[in-house]
Amino acid sequence: MRGREDEWTGLMRSAMAGDDAAYHRLLRAVTPVLRAAARRGLARAGQPPDQAEDIVQEILLAVHLKRHTWDSEAPFAPWLFAIARNKLIDALRRRGRRIFVNIDDFAETLPGEAPQETASAGEVAAQLDTLPQRQRDVLQSIAVESASIKDTAAKFSMSEGAVRVALHRGLSALTAKLRDH
Amino acid sequence: MDTDQLIRTLAADNAHRAPRVGAMLTMALLVAAPLSILIFATFLGVRHDLMSAMRNPFFDMKFAVTLSLAIPAIIVSLHLSRPEALLRGWGWLLLLPVGLLAVAIGGEMMMAPAMPMTMRLVGKNSRVCLSAIPAMSLPLLAGALFGLRHGAPSRPALAGALAGLVSAGLAATLYASHCTDDSPLFVATWYTLATALVTAIGALVGSKVLRY
Repeated sequence: MRGREDEWTGLMRSAMAGDDAAYHRLLRAVTPVLRAAARRGLARAGQPPDQAEDIVQEILLAVHLKRHTWDSEAPFAPWLFAIARNKLIDALRRRGRRIFVNIDDFAETLPGEAPQETASAGEVAAQLDTLPQRQRDVLQSIAVESASIKDTAAKFSMSEGAVRVALHRGLSALTAKLRDH
Repeated sequence: MDTDQLIRTLAADNAHRAPRVGAMLTMALLVAAPLSILIFATFLGVRHDLMSAMRNPFFDMKFAVTLSLAIPAIIVSLHLSRPEALLRGWGWLLLLPVGLLAVAIGGEMMMAPAMPMTMRLVGKNSRVCLSAIPAMSLPLLAGALFGLRHGAPSRPALAGALAGLVSAGLAATLYASHCTDDSPLFVATWYTLATALVTAIGALVGSKVLRY
């Protein structure tokens, strides 16, 4: 445990110093831990575990957009778990409410009509479609087609700087949409 | 989008560097301050007997009290903008103005009173105080909330309340140079009421806008 968490702290320090590969490794390393925590949380709240991946993605987005609040002198794990816990509580609360709303919706629909199934995975993907064209293009190019920033810039005849701006704005907008919807 | 794709995208954005929360908060307060000062200059202004007032230790005490609220509130609000932070161990900083007021009230009790206690407590400006401090707080509160939005507080309502204390402390500092009621009893009553109002607004708005 201890060794693993020390390794995370080291990776995050490298990431903050500009090492993209270390950042990539760190996010991959923490994801299974976050996934297990999300599954546990859903199970405890009596909700289907198939929504765990949505919660994991929300946590990862929050970690990314709030990483400047991590103090590089402090260990990384307590910071990570605090964010994960907050997002998990938020997500469970929201899903609880949404299920309640669904029951209401259902009561008003005609009998015999099947209730709408809540989206299982892919909330990020769904919100992606609501982004402005340019942000969506850039995100899709990098995420789905695994193009580099350079290739993406060439493909859309944008400057690399403009791609970076669109990428960051897209991720911020995505997070805001997930939070508020 | 599967999680591996998302991770790749986040890693591609690693070069983006956000400013620290303290820098954002400072900037937002500096942008908001002129609005509060404008309200002060338009409707209130510095009291006319400023020179003689400055020889009165209870006049100076007002600034010690309001700044001992604003500055610790800034420190605690920045601490709480980290997700893993707890109020424990930091909350006592917020008791500084309370302690200062208690000492000042004790000091005034020991002096021969110039006015009866009820007159000192009620003062002449209670209504102005109750409206001016919240009014001058509002731009600063908006600024503080904007700055703290950059953080990741685990308890948004608490962080919002801290933003309220920051803005009320700063607004009360301005107001203290206008108000001719210098008795610590007046400060303890009316400044506190005004501050409580702003803090409640901060907590309410914070619980909505400080979620991340």
